[in-house]
Amino acid sequence: MLTYAENVDGELNPASLELLSKAREIASARGGKVYSVLVAASENAREVRELAARGADVLLVYRVSGDLLRNYLLHAEALARAIAKAKPGLVLVSATPWGKSVAPRVAARLGLGLTADCLDVYVDETGDIVQVRPAFTGNLIAHIKTATSPVMATVRPGVFPKPAPDYSRRPEAVVVEDLPASPPGLEVLGPSRRKSVNLSEASVVVAVGRGLKRREDVSLFAELAKILGGEYAVSKPLVDAGWFEKERQVGFSGNVVKPKVYFAFGISGAPQHIAGMRDSECVIAVNTDPSAPIAKHSDIFVVGDMYEVTRKLLEKLKTFKSENLR
Amino acid sequence: MDRPDIVVLVKPTPDITKVRFDVETGRVDRESAELEINPFDLYALELAARLRESLGGRVVALAMAPPHAAKALRDAVARGADKAILLSDPRFAGADTLATSYTLAAAIRELGSYRLILCGEKSVDGDTGQVGPEVAEHLGIPHAAFVQSVIDFDDESITVEADFGSCYYLVRLKYPALLSVSRPLSFKGERLEPRIPKLSDLMRARKAPVEVWRADDLPVVDLSRVGWAGSPTCVVKVFYAFERWRSPAVFKSVDDAVEAIVGLLRRKNLF
Repeated sequence: MLTYAENVDGELNPASLELLSKAREIASARGGKVYSVLVAASENAREVRELAARGADVLLVYRVSGDLLRNYLLHAEALARAIAKAKPGLVLVSATPWGKSVAPRVAARLGLGLTADCLDVYVDETGDIVQVRPAFTGNLIAHIKTATSPVMATVRPGVFPKPAPDYSRRPEAVVVEDLPASPPGLEVLGPSRRKSVNLSEASVVVAVGRGLKRREDVSLFAELAKILGGEYAVSKPLVDAGWFEKERQVGFSGNVVKPKVYFAFGISGAPQHIAGMRDSECVIAVNTDPSAPIAKHSDIFVVGDMYEVTRKLLEKLKTFKSENLR
Repeated sequence: MDRPDIVVLVKPTPDITKVRFDVETGRVDRESAELEINPFDLYALELAARLRESLGGRVVALAMAPPHAAKALRDAVARGADKAILLSDPRFAGADTLATSYTLAAAIRELGSYRLILCGEKSVDGDTGQVGPEVAEHLGIPHAAFVQSVIDFDDESITVEADFGSCYYLVRLKYPALLSVSRPLSFKGERLEPRIPKLSDLMRARKAPVEVWRADDLPVVDLSRVGWAGSPTCVVKVFYAFERWRSPAVFKSVDDAVEAIVGLLRRKNLF
């Protein structure tokens, strides 16, 4: 098994650690070691220790100068070399924007099948590796086998648990190789802006849709999100209208979220939107239309005015808060 | 001298709310619904038309699909493409992303000189986002995926803003290069929206010829690498996703609703 550790510009993506729990599971079913490939500026990178603590047996470290850590073509080169070296049966990459930029290049270079956005990977009764992925906006679940070896898949972040770390665990080997100069034609100049929010990790998401009358009214819903320690979000029409950034968008073409509580204010519940929130633990929807499709995806459905409900809810929560402080 | 082309990869996709799916074979019945240009690719087409204003060259729309996709390609002409090519051959059918990207790359080589290849970040039906970067790899050119914004460009290179996950990065690519674009997409600070074809565009497009290329029109293509034969991934079974209808408690009184919501938030230890 080989996992790709996503180390963008020297920042290890926690989703990479989740791949190790699945790799360990498959390794115990089929035998073999767990390799992790890492592009880093030094072989003593703290990421090496982290990956070993989370279950990697052998670390394949590809060294580049610090300013090239953000060049994804070099990461693709490293992953291709690691596959040639480790000869794994399975290669796992996180289905992040970065992973989905790196993995297809490697698959095309090596002539491998690649399965996108997997929700699970398992070994069937014949010993084959099977990949499970959603199809058609999540309405279907497909089980896929790959005829080429290694089997290669990108895995949706958040579906496998992060293994508990054991920092006394040492890797069996750390193999270090220098990567050649960067491939021509691509220059990653540097970060332009940080995302203001990461919805996929929020425990409460307060989403508003077309029911929002004015852009500035979002402050009311943002306040509710804040008091509950969550984030506010929007549906696609509000992004299309140019009111909000895409990083706030929940849905098929935006972010997939699974908070403890999801509020849908003034969102009718188009299939594209449902695809982004159906796995929430609890859903509370408020809509003036009693026949809105969001109703059958809700645990609490309120037929009413989203502004009124939010104002009264905030009032109540604030009262509780001040009583508890007393 | 002719300016190199801007190639736009368009995928004719069925309306996913209407298309039939054969759960037994795991195949999409693409005949069951009319094919339209994948919505993400409309942004690539618009970007191509805007880049052409400064860079020159033709905008060539390229698709691999069954014959009845010709209509979608005429739509690409109505939206600004100068030329439309449909790769259509029973031997291309059943292709996964590896075989698709290989075939598209072979066709692009056949086209000759190109400056840029543009496509949407993913398709609404396949939803993998893999074909763009795979085409770039087959052609040995750089790519940028999840492009949010075109910042600047000249005759040598193009600078874009791409989504790297937690952060957006500026990336400069020398031509030839491939960009897979997200929506919303901006172009030199301006929000780009796909144009709505005018009546005159529709009239022109109705008469526009769609070149159909078959496998034999691609002299360098290795037939073992296209269609089913060239596709390593195989759907072994398909299930309808367990549709988890929830049974909501419905409230018409706001006060009762607020009471219930507070109760739920408490049970979840969120308050």
